[in-house]
Amino acid sequence: MNIHEYQAKQLFKDYQIPVPEGKQVTKPDQAELVARALGGEGWVVKAQVHAGGRGKVGGVKLANSLKEVKEFSASLLGQRLVTQQTGAEGLPINSLLIEKIYPIKRELYLSLVVDRSSQRVMFIASAAGGMDIETVAHDTPEQIISVPIHPAAGLQGYQCRKVGFALGLKGAQLRELEKLMGGLYQLFLAKDASQIEINPLIETDSGELLALDAKINFDDNALALHPDIAALQDPEQEDPKENEAQQFGLNYITLSGNIGCMVNGAGLAMATMDLVKLKGGFPANFLDVGGGTTVEKVSEAFKLILSDPEVKAVLVNIFGGIVQCDVIAQGILAAVEQVHVTVPVVVRLEGTHAEQGRELLAKSGVNIVAADDLEHAAEQVVALAKGR
Amino acid sequence: MSILINKHTKVICQGFTGKQGSFHSRQALEYGTQLVGGVTPGRGHEVHLGLPVFDTVADAVNSTGATASVIYVPPFYAADAILEAVDAGITLIVCITEGIPILQMLRVKAAMADTGALLIGPNCPGIITPGECKIGIMPGNIHLPGSIGIVSRSGTLTYESVDQTTKQGLGQSTCVGIGGDPIHGMNFVDVLSRFQADEQTKGIVMVGEIGGVEEEEAAEYIKGHVTKPVVAYIAGQTAPPGKRMGHAGAIVTGGKGTAAGKVAALKAAGIEVVNSPTDIGVAMKGCL
Repeated sequence: MNIHEYQAKQLFKDYQIPVPEGKQVTKPDQAELVARALGGEGWVVKAQVHAGGRGKVGGVKLANSLKEVKEFSASLLGQRLVTQQTGAEGLPINSLLIEKIYPIKRELYLSLVVDRSSQRVMFIASAAGGMDIETVAHDTPEQIISVPIHPAAGLQGYQCRKVGFALGLKGAQLRELEKLMGGLYQLFLAKDASQIEINPLIETDSGELLALDAKINFDDNALALHPDIAALQDPEQEDPKENEAQQFGLNYITLSGNIGCMVNGAGLAMATMDLVKLKGGFPANFLDVGGGTTVEKVSEAFKLILSDPEVKAVLVNIFGGIVQCDVIAQGILAAVEQVHVTVPVVVRLEGTHAEQGRELLAKSGVNIVAADDLEHAAEQVVALAKGR
Repeated sequence: MSILINKHTKVICQGFTGKQGSFHSRQALEYGTQLVGGVTPGRGHEVHLGLPVFDTVADAVNSTGATASVIYVPPFYAADAILEAVDAGITLIVCITEGIPILQMLRVKAAMADTGALLIGPNCPGIITPGECKIGIMPGNIHLPGSIGIVSRSGTLTYESVDQTTKQGLGQSTCVGIGGDPIHGMNFVDVLSRFQADEQTKGIVMVGEIGGVEEEEAAEYIKGHVTKPVVAYIAGQTAPPGKRMGHAGAIVTGGKGTAAGKVAALKAAGIEVVNSPTDIGVAMKGCL
């Protein structure tokens, strides 16, 4: 799960990680008041959306007067921001973060991730902050330092010093960094984060360290343990269909094609999308109906797929292990009854109770193409989506 | 021969009396697995499915001599269950549970280091040696005792591979679903090395997916150590970056863990990589 920058910065404050002075606002007037209260001569107006790359598309503006703060706020609020990470529709700007501007001496990079290879929580740092860290890692890997932390020992002072020296910090800054890293590590563990990124971490003219940006992702599997974090979720920043799917315990991701896919199992769902593409079609979604599924769940999944006006044909691919094919067949028939289905549906059932499932579909009189072979099912659905 | 489990393997079930535990234990018994009891704290001395229930894994091990355990407990109790099994001396732990917080798994893995216990999963279908022993949630009837070793990160794609190798008349020596989570127990290399050493296994099917670098590590290992034919398939070629495709481990980040990168690494190691998941069985037969 993602949260907004202003929420992440509040968590930073709770863990004594230094952040710029600022406040979240939802109205231009409020923005001006906040800027006035912050004082100084320059402010930054930051659009609060769940996506990176805001600066490149006008989502972060530097204001030199209170009038500008208000103007910029008015121009951003209520708009949708399209960045390289959002897709063409963009994300709604419902609030802004107004912050004081600080004189920047250097931009650094610091993040905390779960590293799969070492099976450790790991700090990643670089003196090349403020830019795309993937590019830095690719072009100049020697500028990246990584420090894995043993879960029993925890974060040690030498590990913080190692990062500090690599970042070119000196004296009191090293102690400041140690405190900052300690706070980050505690926050990461306490709230079951999956990633925390500060890009840039700045060194101000006076040598202080400050988290200019803040991005936190949380482990979805642990959200039930942290109601305070779950409450930070902003459904408006997410795909409405994905939200709806979540309510029914379905795994759904919107894609840009026109062939709806309903599959059991994440791996098979990915493989089905790949196969559709291989046969010349384009999947409209990823949808895993999961293991112990029910008639209701299948029915909801079907409705979800058909609510996408782009969908020209649907492929149902079920390999029944725990989930039984006759249950799936009943779900499909229930959905067809409830929703007016005008697009062709190709169904491939294999595994437990596959015969019974196919029989149910055949007897129903509903216009469903039954395929018992996955390859042909994919070929048929691609042809049908193209109107052949 | 097979790997890891056979008809002599004595198995207990943790979360035995729950809905999942009961359902799959019944299936395992029907399949002929030597399931010798189960564990549900507080319900020791009861009898469930005709088998003894124990309060602790240690009690179960002492009474039954079990060496393997299958775990069906809810996600927030699974880390505890795994470590209890390790502590009781269980040598093969199969954790089916999906949705365990990643930081809990990370601590479990650190605690398991140097204990010698093996973990399969979590978030996996389990392991089966056809005709002998089934530990997990896979449908037993699609399997056929035979010569192909199957290792996969995905449950339903394991079933696809099983079904195809059965239809080709090849059958399977042992099938291992290693699980879809980013931090998990046995990896591809752990299983591949055992298939290479196993006489019954004549060919290997390896099913990977996007995310992480284990397929790349497997490719490197196969190049140096595996002489048996390997057919590989990688799921997620059309997955958009940054999105979690159902499995917590299936996420492409920062250009790492892409399907294209994995396919290239496997091909460079001389492994036959099929583009379509429907070609796995035919390709395997062609290699033998």
